[in-house]
Parts: sequence; C-alpha cells; structure tokens
Amino acid sequence: MQLLVFICAALMILAGAVGVIVRSHPVHAALSLVLTLFGVAVLFVAQDAHFLAAVQVIVYAGAIVVLFLFVIMLLGVDRAESLRIDPVKVQRPLAAIVGFGIFGLVGGAIIEGRKTLIKRGAGIDSATATSHDSNIKQLATDLFSNHVFAFEVTSVLLVIAVVGTVLLARRPGKDGPVTPRDELEAAAQGGTNP
Amino acid sequence: MIAVAPTPVWYLILAALLFSIGVVGVLVRRNPLVMFMCIELMLNAVNLSFVAMAKALGDIGGQTTVFFVLVVAAAEVVVGLGIIVSILRKRPNATADDLAELKG
Repeated sequence: MQLLVFICAALMILAGAVGVIVRSHPVHAALSLVLTLFGVAVLFVAQDAHFLAAVQVIVYAGAIVVLFLFVIMLLGVDRAESLRIDPVKVQRPLAAIVGFGIFGLVGGAIIEGRKTLIKRGAGIDSATATSHDSNIKQLATDLFSNHVFAFEVTSVLLVIAVVGTVLLARRPGKDGPVTPRDELEAAAQGGTNP
Repeated sequence: MIAVAPTPVWYLILAALLFSIGVVGVLVRRNPLVMFMCIELMLNAVNLSFVAMAKALGDIGGQTTVFFVLVVAAAEVVVGLGIIVSILRKRPNATADDLAELKG
C-alpha cells in the first residue's frame, strides 16, 4: 500500500515537473506545477508530516500558483512561446548535461551515504486513534522552543516583502510625485522656476 | 502482492530527480515566469528531501526547516513577481535574453 502511494505520487510529481518545462503555454505550465505540488503534499502525508502537507496545499497550490496565474492573465502574456527556436545552439545539450551531472552527483552521494540514514533523534510522532494532532503539537513545540528568534525574523521578512512589492508594482500616478526620482525632478523644476 | 515499503533512499532519489528537472528548466526556458516556476520545483525538491530526512533520522527539526522554507518561498515569489510585473509592463514580450539592461 505504501509502495502504491509512493509510485502514484512519484508519477504525479515527475509528470508535473516535465510538464512545467516542456509546455509552451505559461498557463499550462502553471497547472502542471499544481500537479507536482499535490504529489509532494501526498508524499508529505506518507512521511507523517500532516501539517506541512496542509500548508503545502494552502500556500503553494492555493496562493503561489494563483498568484502566478493572476500575473499571467493580468499582463496578457498568456501566449504560447515557440519552443522550436533555440537562440543559443549549445544551450539545450549543455542544460541536459548539467541536469544529468547534478542528478548523478546527488544520486551517487545518496547511494554512498545510505548507511548513515539511521534513526538518532527522538522520532516523529505519527497520528494515532487517540491523538490526531500529534504532528502539529510536536512541530509547534520545536518551533516555539528552539526556533523562536527565527520565527520572529520571519515575520519581519514578510512585512519587508509586502512593503517592497507595493513599492515595486505601484503605477506612477498622474497627480503629483510618487517615486523618489519624480520627487527629485519635481524639486529640481521647482528650484529653476522661482 | 509484494509488501515493500519505500525506504528514505527512494524519496531522496526522487527529490534529486525533481531538482535536476528544475535546473534544466531554468537553463532552457526563456519566459521569466516559467523560469520562476522551475525555481519553485527546486524548492519543492529540497522540501521533500528535508521531510524524508526528518522521518529517517527521527528529528522534527527537518519539518521545522520546511516551514521556514515555505515562508521564504512565499516572500520570494511575491517580490519576484513584483519585479517581473514592472519589467513586463514596460516591454510586454521580454524574455530572459532581453534583460541585459544593467550590463555596463
């Protein structure tokens, strides 16, 4: 049963990933990305990471891919890109070589170091009939006892990201200066006209 | 019916394969939005290997790290899409090859 789940999820992940890089239409690529993200969520559940599986579906499939689709539709770049033209001749063979090289290196390291994959921590609590939320409790205990500072820094990061994006994506208005450069130009013009 | 449970090595190999596909996508595709999606693929591969390691080593720290990676990925997507929107608004058909304006 576990083997069946793994094989199905792995097929979902690989089909979605290949779909992202071979589909010429950006919308199709984004929908293939959803397939991959759901496959990863299934494997999270299979590995006793129930909270992360829920967050994966909500944040990735629910927020990030919707943001991608929103940008694609908003900008009107939802046209198929021609994949036939290859501007740099050696780009695709080189990319394939780099991909196979990375896979070979990482795979070799995994096979070589598989003996070191032994249980040495306290273990992951899996959900039982009496405690359904053991994973959330264990994760929260670790997060709020060992990583409190990192958690707080994360909130600062999110605020900075939101403010920066608003500043980046704001359209210059017609009535008055909005960007620092506009303000400088307005100040310079004001200085030349007494 | 063969009762073989997938070992952590299988998960790690799958994550390595997913990461390699993401690398090839970033190197091959020219649409900046699709390149961004390939970066998401690579982040997911790393998340998958973190969770597999947490299970194999019996340490919840791997899952905590995935939590932080999710937050950073969300912030990264928001800022990156903001930059892409402001570039594509000026030149609607820009590909990654055209974005050499900062070159000295």
